Amino acid sequence: MANQQPSSGNPRVDIEYRRKKSAEEMRYQIVSFTLMIFLTIVAFVAVGYEGFSGWFTVPFILLLAVIQVIFQLYYFMHMSHKGHEAPALFLYSGVAVGAITILAFTTIIWW
Amino acid sequence: MSTYAQKKGFGATLWDFLTTVDHKKIAILYLIAGGFFFILGGLEALFIRIQLAVPNNDFVSAGFYNEILTMHGTTMIFLAAMPLVFAFMNAVMPLQIGARDVAFPFLNSLGFWLFFFGGVFLNLSWFLGGAPDAGWTSYASLSLASETHGIDFYALGLQISGAGTLIGGINFLVTIVNMRAPGMTYMRMPMFTWATFVTSALILFAFPPLTVGLFLLIFDRMFGANFFDVSMGGNTVIWEHLFWIFGHPEVYILILPAFGIFSEIFAIFSRKRLFGYSSMVFATVLIGFLGFMVWAHHMFTTGLGPIANAIFAVATMAIAVPTGIKIFNWLFTMWGGSIKFTTPMLWAVAFIPSFVAGGVTGVMLASAAADYQYHDSYFVVAHFHYVIVGGVVFALFAGAHLYWPKMFGTMLNETLGKITFWLFLIGFHLTFFIQHFLGLMGMPRRIFTFLPGQGLETGNLISSIGAIFMAVAVIVLLINVIMTSVKNEKVGNDPWGDGRTLEWAIASPPPFYNFKQLPLVRGLDAYWLEKMEGKKGMTPAEPLGDIHMPNNSFIPFVISFGLFIAAFGAMYRADYAWGLPVLILGMAVTLGSMFVRSIKDDHGFHIHKEDLMEDDNDKGVKA
Repeated sequence: MANQQPSSGNPRVDIEYRRKKSAEEMRYQIVSFTLMIFLTIVAFVAVGYEGFSGWFTVPFILLLAVIQVIFQLYYFMHMSHKGHEAPALFLYSGVAVGAITILAFTTIIWW
Repeated sequence: MSTYAQKKGFGATLWDFLTTVDHKKIAILYLIAGGFFFILGGLEALFIRIQLAVPNNDFVSAGFYNEILTMHGTTMIFLAAMPLVFAFMNAVMPLQIGARDVAFPFLNSLGFWLFFFGGVFLNLSWFLGGAPDAGWTSYASLSLASETHGIDFYALGLQISGAGTLIGGINFLVTIVNMRAPGMTYMRMPMFTWATFVTSALILFAFPPLTVGLFLLIFDRMFGANFFDVSMGGNTVIWEHLFWIFGHPEVYILILPAFGIFSEIFAIFSRKRLFGYSSMVFATVLIGFLGFMVWAHHMFTTGLGPIANAIFAVATMAIAVPTGIKIFNWLFTMWGGSIKFTTPMLWAVAFIPSFVAGGVTGVMLASAAADYQYHDSYFVVAHFHYVIVGGVVFALFAGAHLYWPKMFGTMLNETLGKITFWLFLIGFHLTFFIQHFLGLMGMPRRIFTFLPGQGLETGNLISSIGAIFMAVAVIVLLINVIMTSVKNEKVGNDPWGDGRTLEWAIASPPPFYNFKQLPLVRGLDAYWLEKMEGKKGMTPAEPLGDIHMPNNSFIPFVISFGLFIAAFGAMYRADYAWGLPVLILGMAVTLGSMFVRSIKDDHGFHIHKEDLMEDDNDKGVKA
């Protein structure tokens, strides 16, 4: 533990590369943030517009919500980066367990 | 540090254990608490068998029998088997991966104290108006109708101890993901560590449904909600689903560590590498995965319909495949090995036929059409005792003998160990084998007495005699433990002589920092590899340096104690005026101590290099 050196103190770190990476990362974040705002507006419009029935609106905004969650995880919580395999595995396992539960409840208890 | 070697008084030792965050001491706490509850659950089992020994018995009343039966199941699963499994995980897993402790030592301690206070709370029901009486599954219609506070004790007590288990599981996951020694890749991890990993993942995903179910039950019983009350628009089957979505993974949470312990034992005492290591890993993960899609096989007769029943039946039978892989791998590990029949090995060898018998009846029960005949009969009782006693309890006994020297530095007596084994093995089969036939003859489970002249007398008497054998076996083990502790003959690193994994490379019991220098792992069975190359110990992966250690803390005890108080408040809120203030007081204690923990910085301390060198008396400092 005490023998491990913090990587930031390493003189061989390529500052230029780091800076370029960060700028790129920032661009992705802004793009996805804009998209998320846009999707939120679309969701509000879909609910507000009289012409759509509930049978269209509800699945549609649920779909938008799923897309937003993916943006959140992959761009804002950096799951697109390397070294996130274990969290991804556990996230998807949790999603699978939850999905099976919901599927079972909707098919064999309530309907 | 030299101060740690000083002899301490009883008070100091007690305080040390109340505040410890060391995984090895927490393992001992789990072992003691789990062992205590195991004996309690065992006494309840004896009362059950005394009551059923002869027809028309009136040893206990029907209502009291329900309480004993419920508490036997609940205690054995939640308060005995799980903590004892946790004891070995805590004691061994960090050593096996070459870590100095678990990832969150403070949380480890919190997990233990939550479990402990939950268990104590549950058992206080005996003295406060009656224990829970709706079975360990506590199906909602029955548990809502129960008039005493028993079910409240069940729901609140399990909620508290369940939180502790969840904390423990997450802690083990993070430890295994992040704290493996240099060179310890996933596919070089010992089988017990793999079992701990998959078990912890199961805990992570299985305990939230239980938490949700218990909260709904708490709301229904104590706060006027109607989630399960059909007359108010609720749905009683939801409890069954939530319970079994947790309950089925729960039995794998128990059996996978058992498989892990046996995998270690087979390899050690056959003096061979575990046969088919990668397929063992695959099978363990697959069992964990399949464990989540079979829960409704406990509910075949609920009326789910033929399609649902068929899906769950097929999924259940699929689990026999990875389990079969494991059984054959253990057999092939022994094949051609130079086998030593020590006490742990005897348990392991006896485990195979016993567990397979339980597995076969499991597949029988899995076929939905046949299950309509077996359901709620003693056949089911025989089945799950064959898998849980023949699998888990055998593994706990085997693990206790195998890891006793690593945990306490002394060897349990082999002769007494073998006496325990034979008494228990005979008693176990005597008790439960005949119950298959009692079930097929129509004896329902959870029945408090039976009439003469129905052909059930002989079977039940034999079953009760078997229980006495098991009780004597446990007494012999206790004598063994006391004798060993009194003699206190210390042993070295590798008392079995054939240790393969990292825990056998360091002193028994290990120093509180475990590894002076983190070991370099060069393959599966890291310590065995080094021994085969003629080396005395592991090659260090780092130069000797200061070691950062966490400080002891009393806060986990206080957090858990606060919840213990709050549970009384929640339970008596409707009956007495003091209920609500006590609930608030308890939550204030818990949240206050959490607040203190959050704002007070605790950076731990360092063991300095010089102290480590001074401390060194067995081996020279390397590198």
